[in-house]
Amino acid sequence: MNLHAIRAIYRFEMARTMRTLMQSIASPVLSTSLYFIVFGAAIGSRMGEIDGTSYGAFIIPGLIMLSLLGESISNASFGIYMPKWTGTIYELLSAPVSWFEVVIGYVGAAASKSVILGLLILATARFFVDYEIAHPVWMFGFLLLTSVTFSLFGFIIGLWANDFQKLQVIPLLVITPLTFLGGAFYSISMLPPLWQKITLFNPVVYLISGFRWSFTGRADVHIAISTAMTLGFLLVCLAMVWWIFRSGWRLRN
Amino acid sequence: MSSALANPLPAPQEADVVVSVRGLGKTYTGGFEALRNINLDIRRGEILALLGPNGAGKTTLISIICGIVNASVGQVTAEGHDIARDYRAARSAIGLVPQELHTDAFESVLATLRFSRGLFGKPADAARLEQILRDLSLWEKRNSKIMTLSGGMKRRVMIAKALAHDPKILFLDEPSAGVDVELRHDMWQMVRRLREGGTTIILTTHYIEEAEEMADRIGVVNKGELILVEDKHTLMRKLGKKQLTLTLQQPMQAIPQGLAGLPLELSDDGLTLVFTFDTQSEETGIADLLRRLGEQGIDFKDLRTSESSLEDIFVNLVRKGNAP
Ligand SMILES: Nc1ncnc2c1ncn2[C@@H]1O[C@H](COP(=O)(O)OP(=O)(O)O)[C@@H](O)[C@H]1O
Ligand SMILES: [Mg+2]
Repeated sequence: MNLHAIRAIYRFEMARTMRTLMQSIASPVLSTSLYFIVFGAAIGSRMGEIDGTSYGAFIIPGLIMLSLLGESISNASFGIYMPKWTGTIYELLSAPVSWFEVVIGYVGAAASKSVILGLLILATARFFVDYEIAHPVWMFGFLLLTSVTFSLFGFIIGLWANDFQKLQVIPLLVITPLTFLGGAFYSISMLPPLWQKITLFNPVVYLISGFRWSFTGRADVHIAISTAMTLGFLLVCLAMVWWIFRSGWRLRN
Repeated sequence: MSSALANPLPAPQEADVVVSVRGLGKTYTGGFEALRNINLDIRRGEILALLGPNGAGKTTLISIICGIVNASVGQVTAEGHDIARDYRAARSAIGLVPQELHTDAFESVLATLRFSRGLFGKPADAARLEQILRDLSLWEKRNSKIMTLSGGMKRRVMIAKALAHDPKILFLDEPSAGVDVELRHDMWQMVRRLREGGTTIILTTHYIEEAEEMADRIGVVNKGELILVEDKHTLMRKLGKKQLTLTLQQPMQAIPQGLAGLPLELSDDGLTLVFTFDTQSEETGIADLLRRLGEQGIDFKDLRTSESSLEDIFVNLVRKGNAP
C-alpha cells in the first residue's frame, strides 16, 4: 500500500473543498433550510402525520439523501474530471499507485465531505423541526455507506465524462428525478398500487427507505433489502472502476 | 545505410541498461499507428536525446515508458522492472516533466511539491524540497499560488515536481519549448548537475542545438520509428559531410568540362567553388580535385573546410526516412 500517496490525494482533495467551502457545504445547507421552511414549516403544518411522524420530521431523511446523492456525485466527479481537463492527471497516471489507492484518496475525500454535509443538514434541521433518531448507529452507517457509494458512482462519471456537460447530465437528469420520485417527500404507501410496484425499480427508494428507518423505525422496504441493494451497487461501482483502470479506458489510450 | 543503423545497439553490459524497450508499438484508439517496433536500451547515467520532427512519436514513446499511455505491443522495463507487471517499482524510479504546462492553478508551489513527493510514495522531507526549490530559483515563490507565476516559473515548478521524489531516471519532454534563454541555461546546468549525481536523463527535442549541446547519445525518431541511436560524436563522424570551399582569383561563368562529374557547386557570382566530400570514405577526392584545378589553370586565393552540423545530418536522415 502506498499510504503516502493516499494521504497526498486525500489532502489535496480536502484542500480543494476548503477553497470552495461556500459551494460544497454552505449552498446545500442553505437550500435544505429552504426546503424545511417551505415543506416542513409552511406546508407541513397543514399536513397530517405519516406513519406517526410529523411531516417535517418525515422529510428529513429524504432531504439529507437529496443533498447527499447530488453532492457526492458532483464532488467526486469534479475531483477526477478536473485533472483530466487541465492535464495534471499525467502525474497520477505516472505515479506508483494502484487503482484502489486512487479510489481511496479521491472517493474517501468526497465521501468525507458528504458525511460532514449530512451531519450539518441534520444539525440545521433541529432549528426547524423536532425529530428523533431511533437507530443512531444505523443512521450513521447508512450515511457513510451512501456517501461512499455515490462518491464512487460520481468518480466513475468523472472518468467517463469528456466534457463539462456530461459531468452534469447524470446528476441533473437521472439522480434528482429518482430522488424526488424515490419517496423523499412522501411514503411509497401513499401511491396507487401500480405505482408502488413501479417505484421499486428506483434504486433510490431503497436508500431513502433504509435511511428513514434509522430515524423512525418504519420503512417502505425491509432494512436488510435496503442495505443489500446499496452494498450491491457499491460493488458494481468498484468493479467498474477496477475495469476502467485495468483497461486504461479514457485514461491511457 | 539507414537500415544498418536502425539495428539494435551493440549490446551494452546488462547492468548498464536502465531502461529497455523491446518491440514496442502503439496504435491509438482512433486507429493511428504512432509507434512501430521500437527497440531501445537506455544506459545508466547517460543523457539521451530523442530527436524528431513534430508528430514523430517522441511524446508517445516516453508516455508509455512513464505509464501514462498503454502500449499496444512490446515490453518495457525500467531498472529491471516490467512497467506493466511491476509498475510500482518501475514508476518509483522515474520522473517526468511533460511537454505541456499542466499545473494546479490554486495550489501553492510548496504544496504541489509535497503532493508530488507523497504521490510517489516518499515520506515528507522539508529539507529536500527546499533544496530542489532553491536549485530552481523557486524558493522565494514557495508560498505563491501557481496561477500567479509566469510561464517560465511554471515550467520550473513542473521540473521541481518531477524531482520531488528523487527519481533515478528523468524524462524531459521538449524542455526548451517556449522557454526563455535564462531558463534554458539554468535547465541545462541542472541537467548536467543531475547527471553528475548519477541520474539518467532522456530528453526529447526538435532543437538540434539542444541535442548537440547536451546529449551523450542521440536517437532519431521519425514517423513512429526509431531510425537510429548513436553516440553523438560517432554519429557526426559517420554521417558528417565535409565541404571544401575555394575562393577563386577569377570569376567563372560555369564549371568547366574538365571538372565535370565532381560534386561541385559554383556560387552565383562565380567566385566560390564548393566541393562536398564524405569524411568516412577512403578516398576524399581532394587530391584529384586539386590536380584537375591545376590542369585547368584555375587559381584560388583561399581554401577552407567545414563540417556539417547535426542539423544537416538530421535533415538528411529524416528526408531519407521519408523516401518511398
Ligand atoms: N491521444 C492520441 N490519440 C490519437 N492520436 C494521437 C494521440 N496522441 C498523439 N497522437 C498522434 O500520434 C502521433 C505522434 O504524436 P507525439 O507522440 O505527440 O509526437 P511528438 O512528441 O514526436 O511530436 C501524432 O501524429 C499525433 O497526432
Ligand atoms: Mg511531443
